[in-house]
This record gives sequence, structure tokens and C-alpha cells, in this order.
Amino acid sequence: MPYARRGLLKAPSPLPGFGLSFGIMLTMLSLIVLLPIGTLLLRGADMGLAEVWRIVNTERVWAALGLSFRAALLAALFNLVFGLALAWVLVRYEFPGKRLIDAAVDLPFALPTAVAGIALTALYAPNGAFGSVLLDAFGVKVAYTQLGIWIALVFVGLPFVVRTVQPVIEEIDREVEEASATLGASRARTFGHVILPMLTPALLTGFALSLARSVGEYGSVIFIAGNIPMKTEIAPLLIVIRLEEFDYNGAIAIALAMLSISFCMLLAINLIQIWSRRRMGAA
Amino acid sequence: MTPAPLSVSVPARPFRPATTEPVWLRRSLIVAVLAMLSVLVLAPLVTVFAHALRDGLAMAVASLGNRDAQSAIRLTLTIAAISVPLNAAFGIAAAWAITKFDWRGKAFLITLIDLPFSVSPVVAGLCFVLLFGANSAIGAWLVASGHPIIFAVPGIVLATMFITFPFVARELIPVMTEQGRAEEEAALTLGASGWRTFLTVTLPNIRWALLYGVLLCNARAMGEFGAVAVVSGKIRGQTATMPIMIEMLYNEYLSVAAFSMAALLALLALVTLTLKSALEWRHADQLAAARRH
Repeated sequence: MPYARRGLLKAPSPLPGFGLSFGIMLTMLSLIVLLPIGTLLLRGADMGLAEVWRIVNTERVWAALGLSFRAALLAALFNLVFGLALAWVLVRYEFPGKRLIDAAVDLPFALPTAVAGIALTALYAPNGAFGSVLLDAFGVKVAYTQLGIWIALVFVGLPFVVRTVQPVIEEIDREVEEASATLGASRARTFGHVILPMLTPALLTGFALSLARSVGEYGSVIFIAGNIPMKTEIAPLLIVIRLEEFDYNGAIAIALAMLSISFCMLLAINLIQIWSRRRMGAA
Repeated sequence: MTPAPLSVSVPARPFRPATTEPVWLRRSLIVAVLAMLSVLVLAPLVTVFAHALRDGLAMAVASLGNRDAQSAIRLTLTIAAISVPLNAAFGIAAAWAITKFDWRGKAFLITLIDLPFSVSPVVAGLCFVLLFGANSAIGAWLVASGHPIIFAVPGIVLATMFITFPFVARELIPVMTEQGRAEEEAALTLGASGWRTFLTVTLPNIRWALLYGVLLCNARAMGEFGAVAVVSGKIRGQTATMPIMIEMLYNEYLSVAAFSMAALLALLALVTLTLKSALEWRHADQLAAARRH
């Protein structure tokens, strides 16, 4: 086999087209993804760690980073609980219009973020349908506050937990639940001790996807956020502002800070996931 | 089947299988979930159309008829027409290389393909500005030669491709892994050429999964905002896509115009969802088992 000699293939294959398909894949991956991200990293390395830190270590940047990650975490947590409930209801219960609801779960994914952004703003603005009620009845202001940012992030992150947990619930062997019930466990105990551990890896995956999406979200947030520095200014917006000021180093530093914090968070979630899989395997 | 009761007295409590929740809990969960979903998801959708049609359908349609709006719609369609087929080609090539051959570093490469999912669209846009912007070596040369990438259509295409990069590959890889290599090997043994094997054996097997991936890719490509906002320069009539146009109109307090454009994109989202659901119902067996994004 011609390609076996190259040492890339582990075993020769009778199928053709390895060179062609591998070539297309690697070329496009390099041009579209690796080269641009590499440029960002290189420019960061050029600036040096001290300079990046000097730019990041300002009150306004910390406020933006803190807000982005805090709001994304809280939104992903909400989606974790609500997504599990939604997935459970969609798999286990029968009710009219179920298929329609199932399809509607993906709407935040299909609806462009700018559209979601102006729609949520119109709804939750002080004169909007929900905003006016919330303001009059409870005195709660949603649009142009951090609460508004949270709602937008809940919206964009909604499908992820549902779609990762749903197939796992579908595959749960009912006999396991029956066994648990026969052994005298209450339904709540069966859920907490038998079902939930089985869903944990999928829940974590969904949580991580939702978090990753929410942290970097821009389109749906900037309309509802109000964008007041130090209060409702998210990190991606600060990057855009720096770019508009032609302060490339400022934009690069914030982007690198975002990438490193996301990387650490996703790594942590991955480690928890490996730990929970191992615990399940051992049990 | 429950066995027919003989002469046993009927139990006072209605029978409930041990593997489900009490009726009250089931009902309240359904109601709670539906209420949340209506507030979170359906209300924004209704709002888009309500605001677009506030001054009547004629006004909404008229606002889409002006030159800038027309140009934005054309640009968005052009961007999707370029970036979606290219990403589909990448997805097929990547899935073929990954699922039909065993090679070193495969897992790492799959991680790299997924990378765009965890990068903020704004950061993606920034990367392209740094690479091709006027203050970079390549960018300065591109501008001088009269073919700028940033603040021009090629930049929007690149940014869109970055954001939608994993969609088709993510859908095809699990499906083609499941299908294995036996059918292709049989075709080759029977004397078919490589291309013929791909066109007559592989492609029919993956067509629904491919369509599914293309559908998702297209929806995201037409709606991408953050990355495009950074690289496009937002030049009205030239580099303003539909989502960018929505932002500009909204910031100018042209509410009906902004929401009319938004309604057009919302209609696209509804069509996407309908087709996607139809595919899931009719060809579930030929799609990836886990319907993840």
C-alpha cells in the first residue's frame, strides 16, 4: 500500500482516497481554523505575558470578564436543571403537541442571535410585554441590567443540555428502575441514586456546551445588555470596542484571557466527567 | 398486560407502575416545562412577528424593498451559497479520512475540528482581522493589490466558514463510523472505481445525514452576527448582511424595518426547524444517534 509507507496510517486499507480526503481536510482545517487562531496566539506571544497581564489587569476588563463568566455559569446552571426536566418530560411523558414542543427546543439554535437579541429586548424592555408587568408588579428591571444578560444566555444555551441528555434517557433500561423499586426504594430515591448517576456524564457534556456557547455569546446579548461599562459590558463587547478604537493589543489581550479561562473551565468539566465515568464503571 | 383480576377486591389505591412518577408530579412537571418554554422560546418568536406587522403587512414588505435591504438579502444568500458547499465538502472529506482509515493523531484532529464551537464569534472575527487586516503584512499587500479580505466579502465568507466549520463533519462522522467499511470494500472487490464506490455506495447511505448537517450549517451561516460584525466593517449596501442590517436599523430606531428583516430570518429558522424535524421523524435511523449540535 502506498500510504502505509508514509507511517501515518496504522494499518493498510483497501479503500482509496486517503491522500485526497486527508489533504482536503488538513488544508481547510489549517486555512480556516488553525492559521487564524495561530495568528492570535503569535500576536499574544509577541506582546509578552507581562504586557497581556498589564492590559487585562484593569478594573474595566476584570468587570467584563467577571460578568461574562458569571452570567454564563448561572445561565448554564439554570439550563442544566431546566434542560433535564425538559428532556425527562419529552422522553417519558405523553401529552398532546409533544412533537411540536420537541421541535421548538431547537428554536434558539436556529434563530439568528441578532433576531433573538432584539426580540428579547422588545419583550423585557420597561415598555415591553413582559418587562412592563415585571416592573409594575415586582419592581424588577430586566432589560439593560445583568438579569437581561442572563435571560439572553439562558435562551441561547437552552437546547444543549436537552439534546445531550435526551438520547441517554431514551436508552435507560427500565428494568434497572424496576429492580430499584422492588428492592424498596422510593421513586425519589430511585431517581437520585439510580437514574441521575447514569445521566451525569451527559448532563456535564450539555452543561459544558451550554457554558462554552454562553461565554462567547455576543449577538443576543448586546441589545438587551445596555452596555454600560463596569455594569453590563460583556467581554466580547469590550473586544469589539477595543477593535473599533484600533487598539489591537487591547483586543488581543482580552481575547487571550477569555480563551484561557474557557480552556481551564472546560478542562475542569472534562476531569469531573472522567471522574464520574470512572465512579460509574467501578460501581 | 396485567392479568385479569379474579375475585380479588379492587385495591383502594389506583395502580401505578413503579417506574413512573405520581400523576400530580407528572402533570405539574409538564405544565411547568411548557410554561417555561413558552416564556423563554415562543414569546420571543411571536414578538418578532408582532413587531414586524405592527403597521400592517404592507409596511413590513415595503421596508424590505429598499435598495440596502435588498443588497443585504442578496449578500446573505451569496455568503451562504459559498460557505455552505465548501464546509460540506470539508465535512465529507474529513468524515471519509476519519471513518475509513486508522491513522495516528485522529482523536486530536477531531478535537481541532470542534475548536470553533468553543471560540467566541467575536474572537474568531478578531483572528481574521489580525491575519488579513490592513495592519498585517498579508493584509497590507492584499489592500495594495486591490483585493482586500477584511471589510469585504471574502472576510465575511471566511468568518462564516470558521463559525460553521464543524457542523457537517460532526453529523457525518458518527453515522459513517456506524456504517463501517464493509459495503465500500465489497464494491471495490466487485471492480468499482473509488469515485464510483463513493457516489453509488457511500453517498446514498449518508445523504440524509449530509442534508441534516447542511441544514444546520446553513441556518447558522445565514444568521451569524458576532464574527461577521467584526470583519465586515458594516458598510451599508456592500458588506452589511441581514443580521448586521437588523442591528443598524434597530439602532436607528427603525423598529418596523428591523423587525421585518428579523421576521424574514425567523421564517428561515422555522423552515429549517420544520425540515430538520421531518428528517428526524422519517430518517431517524440514518442520522447520528445522539442529536447533538
